[in-house]
Amino acid sequence: MTAIDPTAHLTAKQIEELGRELDAIRDEVIASRGEKDAAYIRKVISAQRKLELVSRGVLLFSFFPPAWIIGTAGLSVAKIMDNMEIGHNILHGQWDWMRDPKIHSTTWEWDHVSPADQWKHSHNELHHTYTNVIGKDNDLGYGIMRVDEDQRWHPFHLGQPLWNFINACFFEYGIAAYDLELGKNLRKRRRNNPEFRARARAVGRKIRKQVLKDYVIHPLLSGPSFLTTLAATFTANLVRNIWSHSVIMCGHFPEGVQVFERRSIKGETRGQWYLRQMMGSANISGSKAMHFMSGNLSHQIEHHLFPDLPSNRYAEVAVKVRALFEKYELEYVTGPLPKQVFSAWRKVVRLSLPNKKPKVKTPDREQELLAA
Amino acid sequence: MTSTALRSRAWKLLEMVTTPLLPSDYLDLVSPLRAGADLRGRIEAVHPETGDAATIVIRPGRGWRGHTAGQYVRIGVDVDGVRLWRAYSVTSPTNSQDGRVAITVKAIPDGKVSNHLVRRAKPGTLIQLDQATGDFVLPRAKPAKVLYLTAGSGITPVMGMLRDTEFDDVVMVHSAPRPQDVIFRDELHALVADQKLRLTEVHTDTDGMLDIARLYELVPDWAERETWACGPAGLLDAAEKHWAEHGVHERLHTERFRPGIVVAGEGGEVTFSGTGKTVDADGATPLLDVGEEAGVLMPSGCRMGICFGCVTPLRAGAVRDLRTGEITEAEPGVLIQTCVSAAAGPCDIER
Ligand code: FES
Repeated sequence: MTAIDPTAHLTAKQIEELGRELDAIRDEVIASRGEKDAAYIRKVISAQRKLELVSRGVLLFSFFPPAWIIGTAGLSVAKIMDNMEIGHNILHGQWDWMRDPKIHSTTWEWDHVSPADQWKHSHNELHHTYTNVIGKDNDLGYGIMRVDEDQRWHPFHLGQPLWNFINACFFEYGIAAYDLELGKNLRKRRRNNPEFRARARAVGRKIRKQVLKDYVIHPLLSGPSFLTTLAATFTANLVRNIWSHSVIMCGHFPEGVQVFERRSIKGETRGQWYLRQMMGSANISGSKAMHFMSGNLSHQIEHHLFPDLPSNRYAEVAVKVRALFEKYELEYVTGPLPKQVFSAWRKVVRLSLPNKKPKVKTPDREQELLAA
Repeated sequence: MTSTALRSRAWKLLEMVTTPLLPSDYLDLVSPLRAGADLRGRIEAVHPETGDAATIVIRPGRGWRGHTAGQYVRIGVDVDGVRLWRAYSVTSPTNSQDGRVAITVKAIPDGKVSNHLVRRAKPGTLIQLDQATGDFVLPRAKPAKVLYLTAGSGITPVMGMLRDTEFDDVVMVHSAPRPQDVIFRDELHALVADQKLRLTEVHTDTDGMLDIARLYELVPDWAERETWACGPAGLLDAAEKHWAEHGVHERLHTERFRPGIVVAGEGGEVTFSGTGKTVDADGATPLLDVGEEAGVLMPSGCRMGICFGCVTPLRAGAVRDLRTGEITEAEPGVLIQTCVSAAAGPCDIER
């Protein structure tokens, strides 16, 4: 909650109109989804698999330095593709309309230690429904950081630049712990809760398989290249983790992004929900390659407005969405990757220290709606 | 260790190498028709038959178990990016040397799949296949006299039979709007010329619909013949009645192409087949709410169509997307988001 509400100039009626205009954008894409889009995701999946195969093949000879470099780079890119453009988006149901059981949110599994179904719950359901609502959306700081002036400061937060860095390096484990709500569940002594245990076991199984694959089987297959392949896979995972952490930090942390109070979403209308997504997300500007490697999460604003539209359409949607931002005089937070990453990190550092509580001015839309 | 045990060990190891994918996900990239893969086929040729019918020649995957004349096969085709499944009769003979199978498809008005196959399908395209099935087939013991009673695309399963098995005495009565609409016309006439078939064409545009009572005149000994009939429901209903009235219904074998036609309306009776509950629903209430109110345990999440936490198989009937108004009809493998879908007529939700 910033001291000044950047949407204060909008009337309830305007907000509903904005909602209708956004619905129209969505409908347009849905009506035009087709063969080209299906061909796109199939091509990406097939390219990812081939790249991974070739890279792993090259790494069999990783004792030879050029092979190490090429294999590691290829594997890093393959892992990023698997998580970002493919996994994240398929698990959002973006490609369910194709009715291909192999490319479907209910069957997809990814190269990540968090099992797909647990991630779908914490991400699709909690984060996307309660975007940036303090106390409801745990993506705000992942439960380990303070990301808004209004959150209470605790000496623990002094270390948050360090936590954030560690989280970036081992991001997939961070996500798995987060999906399990590990901290909360352990604190509340739910260790023995059967439901929690079952989920923890599922994560354990997934971790075991992933670790076995990356750090035992593939190095063993490389024979004399055992150690160098091990190092290569570790590096690829590190690169993937830092990359996805950076992209994701840019989605909701940079300066200019709003957070919301719990009570502000009570009785939220469709228009208000849209508005919250618009004000609570930030984009990354850049080249086509940049958008692709970020899984099109560089179009975070569009993704949050329409999480189930195919990712390859966000770029064209962005033009229309941005026009609406201008029409309604709202700030479209965007910038190149380094700038956004820096901005997010600066916030992390700044909020590791206590601040004076600012005067909060929250909009009283309920009143306005009643009057309308 | 036996070789199967060895192979299964090797496969386990491969699974560890490819986790969380399966080795088959990679093999599919290079060899989608191999033995052991999900059954698929590749379209090798498309031959036009009439203005709105075409024969699609398919190379099936190695797992294909063959068919019996008269059977049909379900195929899954991607039309505008959406996988749709339809059943078509196999028209190629069972002993084809090249291992290929053919289906013959007539484009029906507004038929998404049939129009796609007849007018847009391209050789080289992969399609999904099921094994052939259906009991509209010839018996082991050869009947002395045979009658094929067909109309429109109802000729397709019968063509499979005609190409497969020769009988001494075969009569066919086939209805089509005009001569040029008769699928396989040249081939039929060649059979007639070789005296392998006696054929009566009824051209409904000029002759009117076939009146079943006219059979006496077209095929005086119809009642003695083992009969296979395939065509629109009207024809089959009339035939079934006619054969039953004459006490020879056991000689009649019929095949209906589209048993249940979905009528999309507003609301309807919703069955939750998992729990066996049935309730009335209007056309505006999300099925998620309908189910919960009926005490059915429904998976859910955001309740606003964004999280896909509520997807559930639609087993029968049709639903309407409350946001776009789009109708989704039940088909195997169709999942719906119950939080943004309402009943569009009677439907069956697997819960
Ligand atoms: S409950 Fe989230 S999509 Fe239906």
